[in-house]
Order: sequence, then structure tokens, then C-alpha cells
Amino acid sequence: MTVATVSTQASEPVFHVIDEHPHPEGASTMLGFWIYLMSDCLIFAMLFATFGVLGGNYAAGPSPKDLFDLKLVAVNTTMLLLSSITYGFAMLTMEKSRVGATQAWLAITGLFGLAFIGIELSEFAHMIHEGATPQRSAFLSSFFTLVGTHGLHVTFGLIWLVTLMVQTARYGLIEANRRRLMCLSMFWHFLDVVWIGVFTFVYLLGMLR
Amino acid sequence: MNPDLIKMIFGRLNLDALPLHEPILVGTFAVVATGGLAVFAIVTYFRLWTYLWREWFTSVDHKRIGIMYMILGIVMLLRGFADALMMRLQQAMAFGGSEGYLPAHHYDQVFTAHGVIMIFFVAMPLVTGLMNYVMPLQIGARDVSFPFLNNFSFWMTVGGAVLVMMSLFIGEFARTGWLAYPPLSNIGYSPDVGVDYYIWGLQVAGVGTTLSGINLICTIVKLRAPGMTMMRMPVFTWTALCTNVLIVASFPVLTAVLALLSLDRYVGTNFFTNDFGGNPMMYVNLIWIWGHPEVYILVLPAFGIFSEVTATFSGKRLFGYTSMVYATVVITILSYLVWLHHFFTMGSGASVNSFFGITTMIISIPTGAKMFNWLFTMYRGRIRFELPMMWTIAFMLTFVIGGMTGVLLAVPPADFVLHNSLFLVAHFHNVIIGGVLFGLFAGINYWFPKAFGFRLDPFWGKLSFWFWVSGFYFAFMPLYVLGLMGVTRRLRVFDDPSLQIWFVIAAFGALLIFLGIISMLVQFAVSILRREQLKDVTGDPWNARTLEWATSSPPPAYNFAFTPVVYDNDAWWDMKRRGYKRPLTGFKPIHMPSNTGTGIILAGLATAMGFALIWYIWWLAAVSFIALLAVAIGHTFNYHRDFDIPANEVGQVEEVRTRLLTAGAKS
Repeated sequence: MTVATVSTQASEPVFHVIDEHPHPEGASTMLGFWIYLMSDCLIFAMLFATFGVLGGNYAAGPSPKDLFDLKLVAVNTTMLLLSSITYGFAMLTMEKSRVGATQAWLAITGLFGLAFIGIELSEFAHMIHEGATPQRSAFLSSFFTLVGTHGLHVTFGLIWLVTLMVQTARYGLIEANRRRLMCLSMFWHFLDVVWIGVFTFVYLLGMLR
Repeated sequence: MNPDLIKMIFGRLNLDALPLHEPILVGTFAVVATGGLAVFAIVTYFRLWTYLWREWFTSVDHKRIGIMYMILGIVMLLRGFADALMMRLQQAMAFGGSEGYLPAHHYDQVFTAHGVIMIFFVAMPLVTGLMNYVMPLQIGARDVSFPFLNNFSFWMTVGGAVLVMMSLFIGEFARTGWLAYPPLSNIGYSPDVGVDYYIWGLQVAGVGTTLSGINLICTIVKLRAPGMTMMRMPVFTWTALCTNVLIVASFPVLTAVLALLSLDRYVGTNFFTNDFGGNPMMYVNLIWIWGHPEVYILVLPAFGIFSEVTATFSGKRLFGYTSMVYATVVITILSYLVWLHHFFTMGSGASVNSFFGITTMIISIPTGAKMFNWLFTMYRGRIRFELPMMWTIAFMLTFVIGGMTGVLLAVPPADFVLHNSLFLVAHFHNVIIGGVLFGLFAGINYWFPKAFGFRLDPFWGKLSFWFWVSGFYFAFMPLYVLGLMGVTRRLRVFDDPSLQIWFVIAAFGALLIFLGIISMLVQFAVSILRREQLKDVTGDPWNARTLEWATSSPPPAYNFAFTPVVYDNDAWWDMKRRGYKRPLTGFKPIHMPSNTGTGIILAGLATAMGFALIWYIWWLAAVSFIALLAVAIGHTFNYHRDFDIPANEVGQVEEVRTRLLTAGAKS
């Protein structure tokens, strides 16, 4: 190991920061939230792996072909993808500090999210009504858990969205609120990416199984 | 009263859940209750509640949180070790037709609780506590990246510990072994609350661990002092970084797999059942994908401690800093590629077993490199045999034995013979006690003067050291022998009388360790009483090398009056060598986070929710969940979470230190 200490020895070394500026508030938040998202991603990875291993174990019960309605899932996917686009618009208007437009786009995002949850719940209700319950087979256990965990995340995202809309209405687009909206943005797009995985591996590949 | 109504209010909780018919538990409860009342009375008598609440429980200061983690770990060590003593006694007695003194129902809970408590509530809090206390000081930071989250993480860990402790007196704990393998842990074979205590205890604590991992990674990445490049970080900080990466990359796996097990138990899904397409081996795979990184989460910081201690007490720069860093990173990565060696007997075939056997053996290469680095650091060093160094040498001797038996177990054919035997039990105690625990004791003795301003008493420390080390060998070497003879783990009674002597020797060893623990507690007490004689005013009692020794002991709330600038990986050594002078004027106000009670409230609600779910008290679960959400959201409406320490206050604190330093220099 060589360490460059020689060069500084000539002049008097300075061992402390004389003119210190405090770290701007929330300087680590984006990194921290990103790491949190990766840990959440790992939970989904485990659920995908479980579905990968157990997803073919129908236990003489219904299989994806009997259950999935791809047209409905396509509509649902569209809802979620559109909500990501509208969240993107909300962020663009936030950059321009237009509170009203930001709130409007956030509200539209929330409505798309709500539509997504509504369609998913009706799909679940239909399946359960037909006797395809989570208890019926390991395939259905892992299906409901993977898709349901994603749905639960979207639900929490909606609660968070409403909270941030209230805070934006109350305090405006101050620095802290922008940072929070940015975090929710990452969360929302992350759920979109996870859904692409669900749509591909669970629904599309399920129909081919 | 209507039984349905009672059931709705109390779930499956009733008076039968209190273990009134078990004299051992009633006795334990009496002791714990008396002790608890005594503590309560003392705190109330001295009117300390407000002080504790304001200065400690709600504190966001990483140093105070670190100390609270250490206290939690040491308290839980007493519980976990009481379990160990009970097992050793049972196994030494239960020969020649004797059933011992523990019924099977109780014995199975004891070995499960021992494992769970020692890993999750002793080793983890002690490791996290040291990282919390030391790492921000080593990188010249004022606090961690997310101080509130740090407080919350700590209280979640406490919440998990509280749930596990509750199971002792309300209901019972799991009887499944510390990893709760299904189908045994599934509802069909474990219908009572034991496994549910296990699940929710670990889930509540797991949230805290994951968040603390994220927090400490951000701190290391974002808050290093100017000049401290990655390759100038102290080795303990490096190992802390790798450990926290492992935490974030493995604890979610535990969360997921325990969630699946709880779905099986609560909803009736078929993940790990024997029918309807379920697969119990899926659980075993998933839990070891968390479980193997977990052992490196524990041992890497210990390696960091040994690196600091060896360099300091040899008076030399650490040998092979770069190779030490790379070895740590390689171990971090490899720890994900070996999980299957915990169940070679699953029957996954020769090629899969060979892969995992070989990756396991490869891990011993970077670990061996570390061992040589420490040896070469000591070579021609001016070694001072203070307590931290003694623990380090005991570690080097002990850990090499544990490592070699580990490599032996990595050979699949050998593992088929030794799987689930006492040889395995001896092996992992060999590496966890000899590696993690000895490391933590080295760390506690090393950094105690930093945290409190006086050293730990060396006489009682040495007594504790010799009891612990000799006790370890007496307790676990016989288990190697028994394991080689084919004795499996978790047995309660034995037929073959020729085995008894080995168990008696092991019990004697456990007794020596008991004396070691007692000596350690006496060491703390004596040190507090003799604090004036053991006092250190310099802040650098060991003539050490890294930044935490540059500030006073204990450090002020803001750690450093001025953020240090770093030129060398032994930053403080470099400062001392080049005639560093403490700045005495020009102080500026320092921006600090405010204390908050939200963390403890949230953790309390989470614990209540866990308790409700364990006992099927659905209304309480719903209420505490909604309260949890409401408090969390309410907290986000508070935008003013920090304050400034005024410059003259900083000046006063530094003035006191200046006076102490000049007084110390004169005397």
C-alpha cells in the first residue's frame, strides 16, 4: 500500500473542514429509497421463484387456461401503464412548479390505480366463486400471493398518493414534498415494472403452459 | 358470559395459556417479575422515567441507540444462555433410564428458543449496536443518514424480543428447531401458538434489521468525511458496509418465506404442505438463502473488529489492507452461492451437491487470507496483550479449528454421515462463539472507553476471558467426538451409557462459560465503581489509529466540532504523526436531528399487532394496524425535525475538553 502523504507534508496539512456547510436535508433519501426498492424487489423475486417452482402444481385443480381471461388482464395492464404515464406528467408539471396541474395529474393517476385494483379484485372474486381459491392448489396459492402482494403494494401506493396530495395542497410544492413525490414516483414505476413481470410470467406464459 | 363473545374479545387466549402447572416456568416468572419490579421501583424512586424517555428512548443519536442495542443484546444473552445451561444439564442427566428433568414438550421449546434468541436477539443487536456506535465516528460523520429510522429500527428489534420473551409466560414457544421447517411447523403438526410467536417475533424484528441495513449503507456511501475514499475507509467500516449489503439483500428473503409460512398457517394455502402440490423443501431452500448470508452478516463485522484491534495493539499499519477489503467483498458475494450445503441430504444429485461443496470450500480461501493478514500484522509488531488483543488471539486459534471442521462438512459424502449430528452443532458453535462472540467481546473491551470515558476493569475481564475460552473448549470438543460417533442433535434422552461422560464434560464446560458470563457482569459493575481510577481523558486510551479516537470520550452529541479531513487510511494515526492541533476557536452552529417518540410508538403498535395475530384477536390486530398507519402518516406531517446547536454551546463543550486535556497532560 502506498498512500500519498508525502506531497502534503511540505505545506501545513489541514485536518478539518473550516468552512462547513451542512448536508442539504434529504441528501441521502433518493439512494436510501432506491435501496429499499431493491429489497422490496427481492421479496417479489422470492414470490416469482415460488411461482416458478410451484406454478405447475395444479393438484388436479384448474390450470391457467381454465382461469385466466387475457382480455381482462390486458385492460388491467393498460390501466397500470397509463397510470405510470400520468404520474410522469405529474412530475413534469411539478418541475415547472404548477401545483394545480400536478394535483390534477396525481388525481388521474390515482383513478387509474383504483381502476386497476377494482379489476383485479373482480378477477379474484370471479376465480374464488368458481372454486379456484388460494387453498385449492400450490399453483393457486402462489398465484394469489404473487398477484395479491403486487395489488397490496398498489393499494399502499394509493394511500401514500392521497397523503402526498393533501400535503401538497397544504404546504405547496416545497422541497420536502418534491422529494416525497419523487420517491412515490420511483415506487409507482417500480410496481409497473413488477407488473410487466407478472403479466409475462404468470399470465402469458401460464397460457402456454 | 357468552363463550362466542369471549372468543371474539380474547381470540384463543385464555387462562390455560399461563403455565401455572410448570414449576420451572413459575419460578422463572417469579425471578423475572421481582427483577422487573425492582428495576421499575429504582427508576421511579430516582425519578428517571422522564430522563430515560427524553434522553434515551426517543433519542436519534446513533451513539445512544448503539448503546441501547448493546444492552438489549447482553440482556438477551442471559436468557439464551439460561436455555443452553438447561439443555446441557438435561443431556448430562438423561441416561440409564432417567428421563432427565425436562419434559419433551418443554425441552423442544428450550432448544428452539436458544437458537432463535442467540442469533436474532443476541448476535444481531450486538453487531448492529457496534456498527451503529462506531461506524459513523470512524467516517467522521455527525449521525447516520436517517436518524429517526435508526430509532425506529431499534425499537422494532426490541418488539421482536418482547414477543419471544412473552412466549415464556403466555402460551409457549415453537418446538420446531430454530428454523421452523415445515411440515412440522405447519398448522397440522404445530396447531398451537408457538410457531406464531416465532413468526411474528422475527417479522417485527426483521423490519427493523432491514431498515437499519439500508440506513447504514446510505451513511457509509454518503456521509464519509472529505478525503476518505472507499479505499481509505477503516476495515471495520468496510465490513459494516458489506454486512449491511448482505442484510438488505437477504432479510427480505426471510420476510417473504415467513410470510408464505404464515399464509399456510392462517389462510390454509399450500406452499409447504405435503398435499395439493405443496413442497416443504421449497421452504428449506428459501430460508437458507437468507440463513447462509446471515452467518456472514454476523462474522464480517467481527473480522472488522479483529482488524482494528490487531493493528492498534501491534502498533503497526494493518498488513494487506487492500487484500483485506477484497477478501471481505469476495466473502460477501460467495455467501450467496453456498446455501445448499445446509441440506446436501435433500437429494439434489451429485452435480448440484458438488457445485455447492466446491463454492463452500472456496470461501475458506479469502477467510484464510484474512487470517494471514492478521498474523503478518502481528509479525514484528510491538504487541500489547490488552483484553481486546487477548480475545483476538483466542479467536485466531479457535476459529481456525471451526473453519477446518467446516471445510470437512463441505465435502458432500462426509456431510451425509455428519448431517444433523452433534459434530455440526460443535462446528457452528465453534465458528459463532470463536468468531462472532469473541469478536464482539474484543469490540466491547476495545470501544467501551470511547463510549463511557473509562476502561473496563482488566482483572475481571481476564477472568471472564479464561473462563469463556476454556469453557468453550470443554463444552464443544466433546460434541465433536459424539458427533463423529453418530449422535444426532436435539435428543432428549440417551440409551448408551458410554456416551454420558462426554455430556458431563460438555456440561462442565457450560458451567465454566457461566462463570465467564458472571465475571463479565462483575467486570461491568467493578468498572463502574472504579471509574475514577480507570478514567481516560485523552479520548485515545489505546494509542489507536482510526478517526473515532480523535474526539473526546464519550463523544459530544455532534461527534466532531469540525468535520475532519482525511489523508490516510489510518486517519488518526496520520494526524498524530503530523502534529495535529485541535482547533480551539471559530466554532459554527451544528445542524442536528431532533428526538422523537414516533419510533417507539410505532414499534409498540407493531408488537401489539403481532401479539393479536398470534392469539387470533382479530379486532386488536385491525385496530393496531390502523393506528400504525395513522401514526406513520401523522409523523410525515411534521416537517420540522431538526435544530441547530448554537456555536457558543459547541464552544463551551470544546472548552471543557481543552481543560481536561491540559489537566491530563500536566498530571
